[in-house]
Amino acid sequence: MIVAEQKPLEEIYGFLNGARKVLIVGCKECVTVCQAGGEKEVGLLAAALSMKRRIEGGPPLEAVEMTVQRQCDPEYVQPLSGPAADCDMVISTACGVGVQFVAEHLKDKWVFPALNTRFGGGSVEQGIWEERCGFCGDCVLHLTGGICPIARCSKSLLNGPCGGSHDGKCEVSDDIPCGWQLIYDRLKALGRLDLLTEVQPPKSWRTARDGGPRKVVREDLKL
Amino acid sequence: MTAEFEPKIVAFCCYYCAYSAADLAGTMRLQYPPNVRLVEMPCSGKIDPRVLLAAFEAGADGVYVAGCLEGDCHFLKGNLRARKRVARMKVLLDEIGLGGERLEMFNLPSSGGPRFAEIAEEMTERIRRLGPSPLRPPAGDKGSEPR
Repeated sequence: MIVAEQKPLEEIYGFLNGARKVLIVGCKECVTVCQAGGEKEVGLLAAALSMKRRIEGGPPLEAVEMTVQRQCDPEYVQPLSGPAADCDMVISTACGVGVQFVAEHLKDKWVFPALNTRFGGGSVEQGIWEERCGFCGDCVLHLTGGICPIARCSKSLLNGPCGGSHDGKCEVSDDIPCGWQLIYDRLKALGRLDLLTEVQPPKSWRTARDGGPRKVVREDLKL
Repeated sequence: MTAEFEPKIVAFCCYYCAYSAADLAGTMRLQYPPNVRLVEMPCSGKIDPRVLLAAFEAGADGVYVAGCLEGDCHFLKGNLRARKRVARMKVLLDEIGLGGERLEMFNLPSSGGPRFAEIAEEMTERIRRLGPSPLRPPAGDKGSEPR
């Protein structure tokens, strides 16, 4: 899933810039799971902004709350037209994808992001999320025991580890396990260290962001 | 003005400790400030951050959550979760400009009648010192009095 974090309240409050009525739109998918932009967080943000406005002075802030199934789908952002009509601005608590879909739909509204979209990852324990996918567009997990060298090696090496690996940790930080140590340990446990004797050729990054914005077209699914 | 100020404080009390302690304080005929309004909770861990904000929105000058002593929660970890939520909400209240000091977490046993009275006293004094909440409706505005 996409993992995101709420921006500092001060920054979001700065977006208001005198607005009297704001639509705060939540998303019930990834950002609900990482507790950054679901229905509860929308409620908290609406209350926090209204209270801050009352304390700092200025016109009272009316915050309209609405949480859609997912913002990354035109079908689900369409119902926003009505509630957004008489709002001065829109704040989205979705990932960057959701914000853009909302902005594309509400053409005459400024749509502000309440979150910073961090990475593609998952929850390793309650309250902790880690990056797992680098979105490179050419998966190599079958060669590395199910551990991604792109996302989990700080240098995204395909033939690691580098000389910075020490005691199973990455030289970037002792908080980061060395991705290639993890891969080695996993392959050893599976009896597949032979995979490491095969040198991987330089990776084509054309399928990653280096090839420009990406698109998937499925003719069989198009209407 | 501060001398006349009577704080309105909402206390979210766990049924298994603070609420029983309040009962005991009554049975013991202990005096404590009438500024505190109690809300009975099945566990302090049931506290929702949105509800804490709602209390302030409705005009409370101070809010506290009272749960069992750490390690004594009837539901094992409810009070530990409440503590973390309260800590996070204190930061948010600072960001809002209301001040995290207006919110607190206390732990006490059900046998703590005197402690309950002491906490009510301590919190009332703290809020009296901080003054009225900037969110408090103007005097005479009965329509938005805390419910």
